[in-house]
Amino acid sequence: MKTVGALLLLSILPAVAQEPVIVGSKKFTESYVLAEIAQRSLGNAGIRAAHRQGMGGTIILWEALRTGQISAYPEYTGTIAEEILKLSPPLSLEAMRQELAQHGVGITEELGFNNTYALVMRRSVAERLGLRTISDLRAHQQLQFGLTHEFIARRDGWTPLAQRYGLATPRVRGIDHGIGYEALRNGSVDVKDAYSTDAKIAENDLVALEDDLRFFPQYKAVFLYRLSLPGPAITQLQSLAGTLDEPRMIRLNAEAERTKDYARAADLYFNTSGSHGETLPHKLLRWTARHLQLAGIALLLSVVVGVPLGIVASRGGALGHAILSITGVVQTIPSLALLALLVPLPFFGISGRTAIAALFLYGLLPIVRNTATGLQDIAPPIRESAIALGLSAAAQLRQIYLPIASRTILAGIKTSAVINIGTATLAALIGAGGLGEPIISGLNLNDHATILQGAIPAAVLALVVQWSFDLLDRLLIPKGLRL
Amino acid sequence: MEALVKLRGVSKTFGAATALHPLDLAVERGKTTVLIGPSGCGKSTLLRLIIRLLEPDRGTVDFDDEPITSANIAERRQQIGYVIQDGGLFPHLTARDNVMLMARHLGRPADESNARLQELCALTRFPADALSRFPVELSGGQRQRVSLMRALALSPRLLLLDEPLGALDPLVRAALQKDLREIFTRLQQTVILVTHDLAEAAYLGDRIVLMNEGRVVQEGTIRDLREKPTSEFVTDFVSAQRSLVLT
Repeated sequence: MKTVGALLLLSILPAVAQEPVIVGSKKFTESYVLAEIAQRSLGNAGIRAAHRQGMGGTIILWEALRTGQISAYPEYTGTIAEEILKLSPPLSLEAMRQELAQHGVGITEELGFNNTYALVMRRSVAERLGLRTISDLRAHQQLQFGLTHEFIARRDGWTPLAQRYGLATPRVRGIDHGIGYEALRNGSVDVKDAYSTDAKIAENDLVALEDDLRFFPQYKAVFLYRLSLPGPAITQLQSLAGTLDEPRMIRLNAEAERTKDYARAADLYFNTSGSHGETLPHKLLRWTARHLQLAGIALLLSVVVGVPLGIVASRGGALGHAILSITGVVQTIPSLALLALLVPLPFFGISGRTAIAALFLYGLLPIVRNTATGLQDIAPPIRESAIALGLSAAAQLRQIYLPIASRTILAGIKTSAVINIGTATLAALIGAGGLGEPIISGLNLNDHATILQGAIPAAVLALVVQWSFDLLDRLLIPKGLRL
Repeated sequence: MEALVKLRGVSKTFGAATALHPLDLAVERGKTTVLIGPSGCGKSTLLRLIIRLLEPDRGTVDFDDEPITSANIAERRQQIGYVIQDGGLFPHLTARDNVMLMARHLGRPADESNARLQELCALTRFPADALSRFPVELSGGQRQRVSLMRALALSPRLLLLDEPLGALDPLVRAALQKDLREIFTRLQQTVILVTHDLAEAAYLGDRIVLMNEGRVVQEGTIRDLREKPTSEFVTDFVSAQRSLVLT
């Protein structure tokens, strides 16, 4: 009971209930910057808005928008036609607007720039091999390709591109966008996909190979939004149309990557000087509180469900085996895959709920297994004495078996708690916040300092949780078992 | 003879092995009945059948002329004290809490329970200042005294002792044997004691039941067993033990 109380305290730290306009962004710099600009623009008009950062790829964002979990996000015309509507471009903005309306989704006018895909290489390598166009790649099939997973799978991505240009499938590896630039720099890949407004191209002295067969469609940036949004919010999003040409977008992207701060890029857009931003300690506090909240609620659920399941499992039989097998199998699902499986389900979606549900499932096994083992390990003479005394079954469990098994059960809860703190960093992938937020931003920006802003507190938190449980052991494990 | 416990046609098998052949036995009120015999003879099984840690395959166990059933066993267990070889004390509870567990569970008034605790300490010669120790902090002999107090806490009508002194060294064992005899006499307690030590049986038992391979071989006093053995097994068992005593 004391455990439950302590965990309750942990979990109610920050309050969350608000209903702002949620602007989502994909997992790359430009999307963060555009969403940040939209949020700021809404805020300037007195509309409460929040930015849910780096939620994932096109499908996740589109589903989140369609189902109302977010209200708007920046998208590109080529992607809308190819990936969302599955229609062949060229498709006029008007035609898209009609198709999208069937999903309850609206589209703004073009923001101004075209961010198409490009294949990029280090300038020195391209010059040495005399490569200028994508067609030129045909003669150099020994090159290593490091492409994003999304580009490899897209209908306007790698496979049709290779077909169109007659590139025999050379060595292609799937790699994260931010890390891909690192790989390009240290020579472990030679060619990668990029966005043409990507600030990294100039920064890293890369060249974009010319799309000489005009394969890539136009990727004009727009905002998609829910038609159910209030009129003033839509007007505000529309007001951003035509305000961003390519050089300006590249400059904003470069500013975001230079300062490691998307808000600074938004400042540049609005020409406001950047003293508005949260200080690092404040951000750390916010991330940590959210992290503890996610992990704490999940742990509480794991205990409330896991201990009774463990009690049932300790009795063996088909049911006991089933419980241990199922909780074991859940543990083998990779955490990213578990999140991806939960996101499309009703009730879950892109939210803290999904993160908590995933953490809860991961937390179950250690608690169930330790509860079952702890109870099974109680010596037969103890059990028989408890029965022979005439204690009721409930009293045997509550007064004798659970206290004797408490050390093992608490060890299971401790394991769950530490696993939870680590795994909760993935919650940021679905916009649930926590210390994963700087980690994912950092991966994206390929900036170690930002990664460490999340990674170090997460590690410290895991240690603190471990120590707290060691203290809790002294409170909860009966003294007679500690002698 | 007035019997508190009567076994009628009670038998038990474990898989293919027969632990107890159909058996009748009467346990006299206020007396100590000793079950003795070689390992695996069924003496402990018999005890566990009475307190229903095991279900008999056939037959009934009467307690006070009423069959023990799964419906009344919970109530019956509160009238039966049970002590096993290693005490079976709960390691997370102090000596006091082990003894008072059932009294508290049944909501007995605290002052009544405390008075009872003082009585039990005096009866079992357990030092009252050791009551707040945990089982791991007690000696083997003290643990058995606590276990005995726990078994006697609710003033049971029947006391079952399964090799209670089996794991103790000879001096402690002798002291406890003496104390047990006094306690049984003072309380006029009905006792069933399981042991494999004939000297202990002779010292504590009013009546000795010798068992072998799941059957009762002979019942009577130690004198009956020595002087009027009914089979060669009885002679062998008694002489084997006597030779040990004499050397």
